[in-house]
Amino acid sequence: MSPDAYLSLASILFAIGAAGVLLRRNAIIAFMSIELMLNAANLAFVTAARAWGNLDGQVVAFFVMVVAAAEVVVGLAIIMTIFRSRQSTSVDETSLLRW
Amino acid sequence: MTTTLLLLVLLAPALGAAVLLLGGRRTNAWGPLAAIGVMGAATAGALALFGAMLTRPAAERPVGVLLYEWLAVGDLRVPFGLYLDQLSMSFVLLITIVGTLIHVYSLGYMAHDPDRRLFFGYLNLFVAAMLLLVLADNYLLLYVGWEGVGLASYLLIGFYRRRASAATAAKKAFLINRVGDFGLSVAIMVMFTMIGAVTFSAVDAGIVAMPGWVPLVLGLLLLLAAAGKSAQFPLQAWLFDAMEGPTPVSALIHAATMVTAGVYLIVRSAAIYDLSETARTAVIVVGGISILFGAIVGSARDDIKKALAGSTMSQIGYMVLAAGLGPIGYVFAIFHLLTHGFFKANLFLGAGSVMHGMNDEVNMRRYGGLAWVMRLTFITFLIGYLAIIGVPPFAGFYSKDSIIEAALAHSWTAGIVAWLGAGLTAMYMTRMVMMTFLTKRRWQPDAHPHESPPVMIIPMALLALGSAVLGYLLVMNDAFEHWLEPVTGFVHEDPPLAMPIVYGITFGVVGLGVLIGVLANLHPAAEAPTRVNPLVRAARADLYGDAINEGLFMRPGQVLTAATVITDRRIVDGAVMAVADLSTGAGDQLRRVENGFVRSYSLALVAGAVIVLAALLLLRIA
Amino acid sequence: MAASLPTAIPWTVLIVLVPLIGAVAVTFLRAPAQQRAARWTAFGASLLALLLAVILAIGFTPAGPGVQYLVSSPWLPALGVSLSFGVTGISLVMVLLTTVLAATVIAAEWRMPVPRGTTQGYLALLLSLEALVLGVFLARDLFVFYVLFEAMLLPVYFLIGRFGGSRRGFAAVKFLVYSLVGGLAMLAALIGLFVESKAAFGRPTFDMTALADMTMSTPTERLIWWGFFLAFAIKAPLVPLHTWLPDAAAESTPGTATMLIGVLDKVGVFGMLVILLPLLPNASVFYAPMVVVLALIGILYGAVLAIGQGDMKRLFAYTSVSHFGFIVLGVFVFTGIAMNGAIFYMVAHGLSTAGLFLVAGYLMSQRGSASISAYGGVSQRAPLLAGLFLVMALSTLALPGLAGFIGEFLVLLGAFQRSVVVGVIATTGIVLAAIYMLWLVQRVMVGPLQPGVDRVREVTVWQAAAVGPLVALLLLLGFFPQTVLSLVEPAAQTTLAGVPAGTAATPSLFGLTGGEQP
Repeated sequence: MSPDAYLSLASILFAIGAAGVLLRRNAIIAFMSIELMLNAANLAFVTAARAWGNLDGQVVAFFVMVVAAAEVVVGLAIIMTIFRSRQSTSVDETSLLRW
Repeated sequence: MTTTLLLLVLLAPALGAAVLLLGGRRTNAWGPLAAIGVMGAATAGALALFGAMLTRPAAERPVGVLLYEWLAVGDLRVPFGLYLDQLSMSFVLLITIVGTLIHVYSLGYMAHDPDRRLFFGYLNLFVAAMLLLVLADNYLLLYVGWEGVGLASYLLIGFYRRRASAATAAKKAFLINRVGDFGLSVAIMVMFTMIGAVTFSAVDAGIVAMPGWVPLVLGLLLLLAAAGKSAQFPLQAWLFDAMEGPTPVSALIHAATMVTAGVYLIVRSAAIYDLSETARTAVIVVGGISILFGAIVGSARDDIKKALAGSTMSQIGYMVLAAGLGPIGYVFAIFHLLTHGFFKANLFLGAGSVMHGMNDEVNMRRYGGLAWVMRLTFITFLIGYLAIIGVPPFAGFYSKDSIIEAALAHSWTAGIVAWLGAGLTAMYMTRMVMMTFLTKRRWQPDAHPHESPPVMIIPMALLALGSAVLGYLLVMNDAFEHWLEPVTGFVHEDPPLAMPIVYGITFGVVGLGVLIGVLANLHPAAEAPTRVNPLVRAARADLYGDAINEGLFMRPGQVLTAATVITDRRIVDGAVMAVADLSTGAGDQLRRVENGFVRSYSLALVAGAVIVLAALLLLRIA
Repeated sequence: MAASLPTAIPWTVLIVLVPLIGAVAVTFLRAPAQQRAARWTAFGASLLALLLAVILAIGFTPAGPGVQYLVSSPWLPALGVSLSFGVTGISLVMVLLTTVLAATVIAAEWRMPVPRGTTQGYLALLLSLEALVLGVFLARDLFVFYVLFEAMLLPVYFLIGRFGGSRRGFAAVKFLVYSLVGGLAMLAALIGLFVESKAAFGRPTFDMTALADMTMSTPTERLIWWGFFLAFAIKAPLVPLHTWLPDAAAESTPGTATMLIGVLDKVGVFGMLVILLPLLPNASVFYAPMVVVLALIGILYGAVLAIGQGDMKRLFAYTSVSHFGFIVLGVFVFTGIAMNGAIFYMVAHGLSTAGLFLVAGYLMSQRGSASISAYGGVSQRAPLLAGLFLVMALSTLALPGLAGFIGEFLVLLGAFQRSVVVGVIATTGIVLAAIYMLWLVQRVMVGPLQPGVDRVREVTVWQAAAVGPLVALLLLLGFFPQTVLSLVEPAAQTTLAGVPAGTAATPSLFGLTGGEQP
């Protein structure tokens, strides 16, 4: 099989995710976009594993999934707290942590 | 035995000072008496040493005592050693005897001062330091005593510490002395570097083999030191201000003993001056200028103590001049120093007695007619007066006349300066006696002059006795010349005129001075006349000594200090702070990147990733 | 003075540990009610350290080997670092000075109110500072020296930053950053030495004794010299790297200022003596003229600045800049007399400056101001206080009979032996010293009573007893300087023997370049 199609799909997914993070203000959407990027990376890993014929890529994909799951737990909790205190999930409004 | 006595003489006043200064108010009651007691012990010790010395033949009279090794670093070996020869013996006697008398006098003079224990403590400290100065067997130890007396002088000038002027005067005295000390310090360095030792004996022995510039340089440096301590031109300005101190201090420190330390230093370094004609000439010039300078100032001041201070400067000028004459003069310098110690202390104590009776008034224009109110003071003062203007057979006649003869033998200039000084001395001293004791009363309304108590009169009387007979005693059979000759050497030279002519001129000059003094002061005004000739105006301003110091050193110094402070803050520290500001400023600018918007951070991330990717791709293609 | 101590006890380590343990113990006595116990513990620890220092001095053989009571154990063998402590004549004197001053400071500030934080914290910081400084003086391993050299900044940072005056934060940061810059230069030099020693011996070493035998190429040696010199010149401090000192001193408590100027600054000169000269002798000789000129500038510049100050603590700081000029001059003219003088000077300066700061501290704590113009006529109210102050001032201006004179005279004499011009210029400093000290005494202690000064009280018996020993020591060292000089001289000779500067038997007018002497 040719990995080109899979890699192209992974690139497109990554680009969509990146655009989502950069363009959308809603924290939930931004979060989902990040997940999209992570999964794009996963797809690339799995494709590579298949192409090279070893399991390293798949192992890494599992790692990424675990990390993503952990991240979702923490991230959603933060977003929840912010929403509770501000009644909003816009990432542009939470800009207190600057100079 | 000698060691014990020497230690007694040296340590008794030191112990007294320690007890009085550390003892606090507890010593108020008995402190002054204890101070006199230790002075008595020191005097007794000095007399015992003197007696023992007289019994020995001239060659065996000097004794040296090594107490311990004071400093031993590398090649530098400085003993803590004492050396008592005829020269230091003369000083020890002068210091202890005059010192004791002035201590006793102070008992009366300072009776009402709440801080008198401190006063006596400082006096004892002074005596201890002065004895160390003259007993040291090397220049470095002499330096300890040298600055020790400076410290005591500083403390005593500033004794009336409520007065701002006293504090300023004390500091001024110390500072000008420090300029002189600079000379002594460098002289000691030259000695050690060139000769390899700082003891008197080693320097005297080693200086002979040195190249010619060494004695010259040493002579000039030591002259600087002597000028500072002895208030000689050009370092004289402090002495007039030093009169801020209590009068017994002026008598002991600023007339009889400490200010003559410069003469001691020069005579002690005779071996150095013997080798340099130029250095000796410099000494003569300084002494000669000081004779006239002091006399002119003394003639114009209305403050009795400052007039006496001018006189002191002038009389020490005689000693310095004599010391500069070399072997023909050393002996006479010390001779005059001893007689001056007595008659000037006598005069100062007399002035103190007058002040004591006149509510501490020092302006002679407010005196007048005191001879009939303070008879004893007048009589003792009169004896001092006769001694200082050189009337035979009083002490000053013998010593001053010897100096005039020696100066004439050296050069006409020196001789004429000495004559001129003698005439001026007669003039200003007559003026002082006229304005204070004779003429009509110009007292302030609240003045009730009275004779001083016996505790003050008796020391004055004893000093007057010394002023009267000491000269004759010492000159009998040339006793003093023989006494001091083994130490300083002595060469007799006849003046270019026959002796009767010399005497005649001297008496003529002195008589003329007395005459002018009497005639000009028959009716002194109660207020100083303001329309006076420029010379008087200059003399009242101490010949502008202070103005010159201010214009030449103080003002530029202040400007320099202010400029340096600004330089340090603006430029040196400014550079440091500029570096600090630069880094914090750069940080300030950079932190604006951290705007807190998550999406701009992500954009930075993405942009970074894109750049890395692009770079990789470019490399791949290349 | 030659009774040998049992070597089973690691004396040199013990003396560092005692104040450290004291510091830890004090932090455990945290409750306000335990303040008294904490003071006594701290005082006891500092006294014990002093006692150990005296024992060490008795057990020290001046004529014996250079480093005595050496205790050493490997620390980082891969880097050639070992924890080794030993005592030389020079470090012994510095240890004595440090322990004396630490005990004096703790005793003198017995009742000092601490504006912020706790007394316990203050004492713990003082004791840990003492321990670290003692460690620096006793370290015989360059790496340990460096670590302690940097570590001792921390207690000072907190002492200034927490217990200081109104601009304490600024002063503390300025001090810390300034010192860290020097430390960074020193670290670079340290790495350079590491590389060089690896090349020379086949394995790296930081042992000072071993490094002294190492030879390097001239450019390398000079480069490494700069690293160390920068660190020591900042610490000493040498003009123009001195501007942190006035700020730090002005914002410190008197006790901190005493430790800072009396002890901490001495580490800079100590480093010059035990690192620059023995380890990098050729570069030291090469740069000596520059250092001497800087020292001369420092003497005069510091003195003139001191004259112009209106704040007592800043004035003391600038006098120290002037005095460190003398000390550095004494080290870098390379004559035995001057070097002995410089070491003696450090002791005398430590004692008299401590006295000045502490006595002035008594005054300032009552009046609440360090400004000179706020005072006048103090001696009428507090004659004993004024007397103590005067003695310290007189030693500072090098009055013969007090310790300051011996140090200053020896330095000047040694400098004069090397170069007439240098000696004479430096000697003018004695006139300037009289100006700044006596003018200060005049403005603060005597003259008419200023408003506000009439409430000033005399020093208490306890306060006088705390400072009294300093007066006694100044007098003792002024009349019996051999007590210290006999300890120092062999070590100074050894240090000097390694410097190829030639002898100064014949003085020259300018003769700064020691290497060209016959």
